Amino acid sequence: MQTLKLTVNGKPFHAPDVRPHTTLLNWLRDQGLTGCKEGCAEGECGACAVLVARSTEDGGTRLESVNACLVLMGTLEGQEVITAEGLGEPGALHPVQFEMAVRGGSQCGYCTPGFVVSMAAEYYRPEREAGTAHCGPNGFDIHALSGNLCRCTGYRPIQDAAYALGAPDDSDVLAERRAQPAPAPQAIHLHTLDGEFHRPATLAEALDLLDTNPAAKLLAGGTDWGVEVNIRHARAPVTIAVDGLAELRGLTWTNEYLEIGAGLPLTEIERRLGDRVPLLAEWFPQFASRLIRNSATLGGNLGTASPIGDSPPVLLALDAGVVLIGKTGEREVKLSEFFTGYRQTVRQPGELIKAVRIPLPLAPTTGFFKIAKRRFDDISSVAVGVALELDGDIVKRLHIGLGGVAATPIRGTQAEEALTGQVWNEKNVRAAAKLLGSEGTPLDDHRATAAYRAAMLEQTLLKFYFEQTRQGVLV
Amino acid sequence: MTHSLFERPPVGAVGDAIAHESAELHVTGHALYTDDLGVRLQNLLHAWPLQAPHAHARILSMNTAPALAVPGVVRVLTKADVPGVNDSGVKHDEPLFPDEVMFYGHAVCWVLAESADAARRGADAIEVEYEPLPAILTVQDAIAAGRFQGSQPVLRRGDVALGFEEARHIFEGEFEFGGQEHFYLETNAALAHIDESGQLFIQSSTQHPTETQEIVAHVLGLTSSQVTVQCLRMGGGFGGKEMQPHGFAAIAALGATLTGRPVRMRLNRTQDLTMTGKRHPFHSKWKVGFDEGGRLVALQATLSSDGGWSLDLSEPVLARALCHIDNAYFIPHVEVQGRICKTNKTSQTAFRGFGGPQGMLVIEDILGRCAPLLGLEAHELRRRNFYASGEATPYGQPVRHAERLQTVWQTLLDSSDFVARQSEIQAFNAAHPHTKRGLAITPVKFGISFNFTAYNQAGALVHVYKDGSVLINHGGTEMGQGLHTKMIQVAATALGVPVKCVRLAPTRTDKVPNTSATAASSGADLNGGAIKNACDQIKERLAAVAAGTLGVHPNDVRFENGKVYPLGHPDQDMDFAKLVHDAYHLRTQLWAAGFYRTPGLHWDREAVQGEPFKYFSYGAAVCEVEVDGFTGAYRQLRADLLHDVGDSLSPLIDIGQVEGGFVQGAGWMTLEELHWDKFGRLATQSASTYKLPSFSEMPEVFNVALLEQATESGVVYGSKAVGEPPLMLAISVREALRQAAAAFGPGGRAQELRLPATPEAVYWALDTARQASGALVTADD
Repeated sequence: MQTLKLTVNGKPFHAPDVRPHTTLLNWLRDQGLTGCKEGCAEGECGACAVLVARSTEDGGTRLESVNACLVLMGTLEGQEVITAEGLGEPGALHPVQFEMAVRGGSQCGYCTPGFVVSMAAEYYRPEREAGTAHCGPNGFDIHALSGNLCRCTGYRPIQDAAYALGAPDDSDVLAERRAQPAPAPQAIHLHTLDGEFHRPATLAEALDLLDTNPAAKLLAGGTDWGVEVNIRHARAPVTIAVDGLAELRGLTWTNEYLEIGAGLPLTEIERRLGDRVPLLAEWFPQFASRLIRNSATLGGNLGTASPIGDSPPVLLALDAGVVLIGKTGEREVKLSEFFTGYRQTVRQPGELIKAVRIPLPLAPTTGFFKIAKRRFDDISSVAVGVALELDGDIVKRLHIGLGGVAATPIRGTQAEEALTGQVWNEKNVRAAAKLLGSEGTPLDDHRATAAYRAAMLEQTLLKFYFEQTRQGVLV
Repeated sequence: MTHSLFERPPVGAVGDAIAHESAELHVTGHALYTDDLGVRLQNLLHAWPLQAPHAHARILSMNTAPALAVPGVVRVLTKADVPGVNDSGVKHDEPLFPDEVMFYGHAVCWVLAESADAARRGADAIEVEYEPLPAILTVQDAIAAGRFQGSQPVLRRGDVALGFEEARHIFEGEFEFGGQEHFYLETNAALAHIDESGQLFIQSSTQHPTETQEIVAHVLGLTSSQVTVQCLRMGGGFGGKEMQPHGFAAIAALGATLTGRPVRMRLNRTQDLTMTGKRHPFHSKWKVGFDEGGRLVALQATLSSDGGWSLDLSEPVLARALCHIDNAYFIPHVEVQGRICKTNKTSQTAFRGFGGPQGMLVIEDILGRCAPLLGLEAHELRRRNFYASGEATPYGQPVRHAERLQTVWQTLLDSSDFVARQSEIQAFNAAHPHTKRGLAITPVKFGISFNFTAYNQAGALVHVYKDGSVLINHGGTEMGQGLHTKMIQVAATALGVPVKCVRLAPTRTDKVPNTSATAASSGADLNGGAIKNACDQIKERLAAVAAGTLGVHPNDVRFENGKVYPLGHPDQDMDFAKLVHDAYHLRTQLWAAGFYRTPGLHWDREAVQGEPFKYFSYGAAVCEVEVDGFTGAYRQLRADLLHDVGDSLSPLIDIGQVEGGFVQGAGWMTLEELHWDKFGRLATQSASTYKLPSFSEMPEVFNVALLEQATESGVVYGSKAVGEPPLMLAISVREALRQAAAAFGPGGRAQELRLPATPEAVYWALDTARQASGALVTADD
């Protein structure tokens, strides 16, 4: 059994007896750091948010917020964590804590440390700048708080607190901290009665381990596996954490495609891509919450093969491919051929997802439609990605990706075929929308009825048509 | 010396907009909640329930031996271990360990182990043989089967038959709506140990420590004096911790008693969702009559609530629903029958509003649906029916300050620019075939006091120490509503000291006994009255001492800001601390027990008549929404709220209650949906499936104001209760959505809308409207 070493609130901690399924949340609370709260244990409420120190591309440190309930301790060897207790103390509040306190940002106070942490991450975001569109007057992006739930306040005072924040001053040690390097990912092997936890140093080591343990649980951002562990009490005899592998964290443009590493957190992809892939830029803020996107990866979202994952509809619309790698080499599979059944894919034992490739040039007109009960941080009942290229008024290329209407994500092939080569006008779009409404085998469940899901397939294509027409993008 | 309850001294902390007394602890993570305390104890055991996988079943046998073979498991608690009464409720219908499973997820036994994980594995190992029994899972099925529980009260005034004869327009309908999960961020938790004096000491996240104490005592066969319950603070309660915590505290207490070790019980989110009660769903069937002017003449209705498997608080919840079906409207002839369905679901319980919102929804739904049929705009129909001065409710209570309804209404119409925005919306809707906006205003009139008269009492304990510092204790619990903050302000004002001189100690049953639940919005009214009473006693004794020193009559001694001076001579002041020091040496009692009972209440629950409420709280809300015709998705563009809190004790706290109540209500109106599957299993049993409002549900423009010049002469320092009433302001959101959905079709239709009005529900509503117009929209948006 190995003792982990990590830094919490600037102090070194030794963590003996850590098990493969011990979460950061439970470990922190056992240390008496009870400011970190469990509200849901599935990354939905943010009451357990903590800051972690991560590398920036220029060798500095970025303080990012994550849900401690979804972080397994094995991924934290050598890492730095900051909790609400580490930001300030009664009588010596951090600016974020001060604004929250004086503006009535806390009522029962249980969600408050998590809000403070998420707000601090945004406070220290280097790109935060007054005058940014869709942000507060101080450049605060309120989406930074979309993964934190409060049942008491109604959010207005929390938003006021967020928008009242200035810039960190010269004496701010955490602002200073950003100029220093972040701890590098550390390889580790935990061997316990409850199972094995490997965090290999290289892709080659990971593939060796996977070759030896083909049934091993692959762990990237952990935002899905953490839920399984906490809610369904899933336990894996062998876990291989690939979250730190440099080989899975590339982002490359070639003439033919854009390749995105399967292990890159979505926030990082979002930041590095900017507006260069408009469909993804539209999609990112609608994917879960910032807290989740700071950990979640494309590899994980595709690898779990959930029929309601939000990345397949957009990636299907972008006609993306999946790069799989094993000991014997790598291969690319079109995403439309990747899913084989409910939570099943063509990935072979011994293989892992290395990257996603998006062919270039991109279709000029795209749209993403997420149908859910709640506008932020909800799971889709239906999700639709659309990518369209016209030649004059003739449809040259149309890809429609659908989630939530079948056992796997699917393409809206009937509508695609009906419209390709035809004039892009209301009559043809209405006819195609009818066909789209008959795709898949939607179900009744607690999120939506089958009838609504089917109606939404039809309606989203119409909505896409009318929105594009209104904006004058298309005529 | 006489002490006015409601008059404020010219200087004092009440009315100051101060932050929550624990705000600095909240934001730094230093505020402690029940489950944060376990890590401080040695040899802690963790409790885990075994939940039954049937909605209704008989337990034929239970073999707990395999659990004991799991490493770390110490003991399994079963019915055989109960030394006292095997019951966790006050109606004797909630066995702590059941022989008959009454709902899916019912806990049949509990495992104690060295870790929560070991306890869970132990629970998994237990073998139980069940005989499944037929289950009733819906209100409709319960009505069909005649399966009711508790009393079936009837609210009656006038003669509805006569009323319908007089009516010019008669409409009938049905309306069924779902419940709501409290989703306090802190799930239920308890921590029990035998303390150094041999008493049973329980930390519990409970709104009703006294009842928790009583239930624990009767389960363990102890007297109340042998059990102490403390509640440091709760991470939200909303009514969900008024009755539900008792059984959980009893489990921890039983475990601690049997093992001699401290026992921690904390439900995870799924356990909390599947085991604890929620807001009552209701079904209503109604018939309403209006005269030619649109005035209500008669209302006949049957309200059937879904009480779940046991009675819990269902009877008083139903009573409050009956007492709020009139909302702000005078209805001459009324006959409303109430009944409680018994279903195989969680035992539904108190939730902010306590039946009031359900009653109110019925009449607001009727008015929203009928207005177009009467050829009136909904806001005009509502205004025409407001109570006037001198009128009484159907249960016989005069509507005091009825004129405030008109004041609130008109002030809000003006400040929200209602009329002008109506025209703008008409123009917008005419120009946008795929997007429609809706605007609605709705009123709230909510009765304050417990219907159960005996609960309208409170106690407090105030100590002044020799150094002039003040320690207060009262029977109310803090769940985020800011009660403790207000109580500190009341004590500081009553004693004439700065708030920083006053410390508030945690709520516990050995300090103030026989307390009522912190519920019914009454916490500040009752406990504030008790604290002021205690402070007044101490101040009177101090004034006698000061009178001698200052050479004036005791009535002419003034206490302000930590100084004491003769009336008219603030320059001759002395320090409060100095006076206290002198008073001690003169052998003056420097502490007092305070008590308050709300005067003038009476209630006949059988006749459903009386004056159960001290006063009414008034408010109104204007809400504007925009609906997407393709998906039914919508945004709240703007909300304007105006609410009557009397003279606010603490404006930052009160504004927070109004806003938070509105957003929580809007969650119920639009988003929050409890879904039980055909086996009676709750399908929405996690945060990922049960969605509460997030930032995206906050109105984009949110204007909130408190009614000015609103002194309530019957309450401490002229204030009014605030906890529950603002939740019902959110009915305006649903009515605005109804307007917007209707705008997709022709006018003059009764627009129905499901509750919750999820995007799907709004889509089907607007789809119906579009079908009614029969036209396929083809114009550009």
